[in-house]
Order: sequence, then structure tokens, then C-alpha cells
Amino acid sequence: MKNNVIEVKSVFKYYGEVLAVNGVTLTVFKGETLGLIGHNGAGKSTLFKMMLGLIPTTSGEIVINGTPVQGNAFRELRRSIGYLPENVVFYDNLTGLETLQFFAELKGCAHEALLPLLEKVGLIHAANRRVDGYSKGMRQRLGFAQALLGKPRILFLDEPTTGLDPEGIREFYAILHELNVQGVTVIITSHILSEIQERVQRLAVLKSGKIQALGTVQELRESVDLPLTIHVRQHGSAETLMSTLQGITFEALSVESGVAIIRCHRAQKMEVLRRLGALGNALEDVIVKEPTLEDVFLGYAGLGA
Amino acid sequence: MSTIEISQIKVIASKEFRDRIRNRWVIAVAIIFTAFALAIAYFGAAQQGEVGLRGIEVTIASLVSLVIYLIPLIALILGYDAIVGERERGSLDLLLSMPITRLELILGKFLGLSAALASATLAGFGLVGVWLSYQIGIGALYHYAGFMVSAILLGMVFLSLAVMVSVISKDRAQASGGAISVWFLFVLVYDLILLGLLVLSGGSVGETLFPFLLLLNPADIFRILNIFSTQDLQVFYGLTTVFPISLSNPWLMGAMMITWIIMPLTIALWRFK
Repeated sequence: MKNNVIEVKSVFKYYGEVLAVNGVTLTVFKGETLGLIGHNGAGKSTLFKMMLGLIPTTSGEIVINGTPVQGNAFRELRRSIGYLPENVVFYDNLTGLETLQFFAELKGCAHEALLPLLEKVGLIHAANRRVDGYSKGMRQRLGFAQALLGKPRILFLDEPTTGLDPEGIREFYAILHELNVQGVTVIITSHILSEIQERVQRLAVLKSGKIQALGTVQELRESVDLPLTIHVRQHGSAETLMSTLQGITFEALSVESGVAIIRCHRAQKMEVLRRLGALGNALEDVIVKEPTLEDVFLGYAGLGA
Repeated sequence: MSTIEISQIKVIASKEFRDRIRNRWVIAVAIIFTAFALAIAYFGAAQQGEVGLRGIEVTIASLVSLVIYLIPLIALILGYDAIVGERERGSLDLLLSMPITRLELILGKFLGLSAALASATLAGFGLVGVWLSYQIGIGALYHYAGFMVSAILLGMVFLSLAVMVSVISKDRAQASGGAISVWFLFVLVYDLILLGLLVLSGGSVGETLFPFLLLLNPADIFRILNIFSTQDLQVFYGLTTVFPISLSNPWLMGAMMITWIIMPLTIALWRFK
């Protein structure tokens, strides 16, 4: 049985006349990593802030571990929640270590844990340098270290890899994987969909304050039924290929410098491959390309637009 | 109402205080206070054609007229940024995601900044006080200590107002405008309006209403608190004619100051969303 860690129950948020979050219902299970996708202004950060109890909902309720986030009892729970805001900002006059000390004191965790934490995010060499000399990537690493203070059981990460170089991104996800193994529940937002699709168990697509889709990457792909692309390289003539595939209705079929590019629906995939098999030795290479999450996302973003 | 955790207030307050020590704010303001206090103590009677030290009462009276302008201004500049600065920089969300309540955050900011201002006041005027006690006599210290305590209270009142302005302002520009308006209102405009009222009504509001109207301005409370401390000054200022002696009890005045500290903070907490 799955444990519900975060329950968002028909939440609406109005800023004056503007509807920022439009009836979101969402459950996050214990130990899962959930990706939250949406264009800028889709309501991701607003939803995050409501989940953290930073701003009130207009209507609806958010409960974490059975505790309403707007209630007084939520304070204790905050000690076990880590939050990395989008474009995290620190105090320029403090060093990296002092920054962590400040937040550690607020969270009530031991100072001995701070240097190992800086080591973990690769900032130990800059521990005693002032934050105003930090690069964007270093600030982001410090932000991540801050979110990990006090061994949180729930992590909210808003665009966590912004400003990180590929090495930094790799290290970040390695740590995230480690936490995932330890059963930490993670909610993460990102623009870089190809980066996050391999690393989350489920995805929620947010558009105009509404959840458009929710499920595993595979479920989302299948539900939108975006066409697959099949690249075929062969010795024979284009006509032979056409006649082999006769009778199948394609989305598109084109030949570019000797490579035939076929776009067809998922249901037709096996039929196409069987026919191609009939080409025998004339067939040089077949590449099947699944739609990327970007395609899915853009597909969703296009729905009802 | 949730419980208040003193430790959280302490964390915020010590950070604010440490910041002001480290960026040399405290030492800079202390030097300004020392320089002004020395100049006033020595040259304060220059208008009467003489220089040099005078009695402690007259010295305090001169210092009061300086402090009444300077301390509110410094307190407002120190505090207007407290909350709106965090909000505008984008560090407020992270701060509030910590296990801290808004009340604790406001109190921590206020107390930390108060400690910085109090340190600068004590260091700046204290140094001059020690020197005065050598020159004029140890007895002078009693009144002078009272003056310093009331100056610190005055600073705290305007810090409290600054924190309130900081909470209700949308951005730093608005907050700085608000802070300057508070200064103009209480330090310059309020007394002018009262005076105008007094003259217009031919003195008829004076009898009963006037003393209470004075209590609505913390700067006036500060003035009354210091000037009523000695008989000489009461005569010197002719204040007894408009202000009943029964209201001049320093404890009552002190309580009014404390009320003036608590009220803006309460409004700040109420408006802090």
C-alpha cells in the first residue's frame, strides 16, 4: 500500500482577479520523485509555495503527513522539509559556511554536519569565501546543501539545476538518487525535460494552473499517441520500399539523402517493422525514435490552445 | 496563536546584530553620536556668545534637540529594509520555509536592529557621558543615563515604525518613501500642526486636549521625558504652562514609549502575509 505524503485537495489560488492555480488535486507518495512540468506562469512556483505553507490557498486544502500546511502544527514538520527556491538568493556578506550555519540554527541541526554537507555538494574549497564571490552554479550548490540540512524526508526543488554545468548536473542527480534510495520524497520542477524524464517516477504537467496530465513517462507518451519516427536505410530503390509498405497509412513519409523517414502511429509500428523485414539483405539499418518528453509536453501544451 | 520559540528570535536577532557590527554600521554611528555630542556639549552655548561646558541640564537640553532629529532618522534608515529587502531580494520565501513564525521573524529583526542602535547610542553618548562626569561631576551621570535610556527607547519606537513600514510596503522604494514620511510627520510636521491648532483656537484646546495630543507623538514624549527631569529645564522651556505636571511622571512617559514600540510591531505582524 502506498503512503500519501503530500495531498493537494482541489486547490484554487487567485491573485486578485487572476486565477493562478485552477483546481489542482494531486497526491505524492512516500519515497517517490515527482516531476512538475509547465511553462513559465503555469502556476508551478505558486503551487510550490502553497505546498510549503508560504502563501494561503484561496480554497482547497494541502496536507503533508496528515498535517495541514497552514496550521500551527506544521512548524515541527518544516524541520524535516528541504526547500530549494527558484533562483535561490543568499546573504552576500556571509561565507558559504556561515550561510549554512544560519539556516542550520533555524532548523535546529548540528554544526558538525555542515562541512561534510559542503563536501558533498562540492563546495568545501569555497566554504570560507563570501557568497557574493560565488558563481551562479556555486550558489545553486549552496542552495542544494541548504535544502539538505537536517536530513529532510521531503524535498521541494524548484528548477534545481539552473546554472549548473553538465558535471554539476550529474553530481546533483547522483545525490538525488542516493536520497531516493533512502526513501526521501522529492518534488522537482525543471525546464530541461530530457534531463528530468529519466529521473522521475511520475510527471505532472501543469498548464494555466491546471494539471493536464499525470503519470509515468510511458503513460504520458502513450496517452498522447504522438507518432513514432522510423529511419530506414536500404540498398534498394525508393519504389521498392514504397511498394513494400503499401497499404499502411502514414502520418508522413519522406526520403532524405537515401534515408527514408516514416512517421506512423504506435499501433502501426510492428506492422511496419514486419514489412521492412521482408526486404531481407537490402535492409541496412532501422532506427525507431520514440517521441521525447519535449514532444509529449509540447503536445500537451498544444491541447486546447 | 502558536508558541514563541525564543531560540529562533535569537538566531535572527544575532544575525542582524552581527551584520551591523561587521559592516561597521555600529562604529560609524557611534562616532557620529560622539562627535555631535562633544560639539554640542562644548559649543552649545555659542549663540549666547560663549563656549565651554555648562551645567548638565542645559547640555542635556541641547543634546535632546539634536537627538530628536537624528535618532528617528537613523532608526528609520536602519529598519525600513528589514522585511521588504528580504522580499525584494528573494530570500524571504526561503526564510519563511524554515521552522520559524512570522512573529519570531519580526521580533528577531526588530531586536537585532535595536541592539545595534542601542550599542551605537551607548558607545557614542556613553563616551561623552564619562568625559562629562569628569568635568562636571559624577552627579551629572544620573540625568545623563536617563537621557541615554530615553534615547534608546526613542530609537526603538522609530525602528518599530520602520519595521511596520517595511512590512506593508510593496518594494524598497515605497518603503524608503514611507520611512521619510514617518520622519517628517513626527519630527517636523506634527508639532507645527499642534502649534497651529493652539494659535487658531486662541489657546482653548490647550487646557485639556493639548497634553494628550503631545502623547500621540513619540518624539514629543521623548522631549517631555528629558525636559521634565529637572526643575531648571521646566522653567527654561516654560513647558509647565501647557503640560500638567501630573502627566510628567517618567514611568508614565516610559510606558507610553513602550506602547509606541509595541503598537507598530503589532500592526506589522497583522499585515505580514
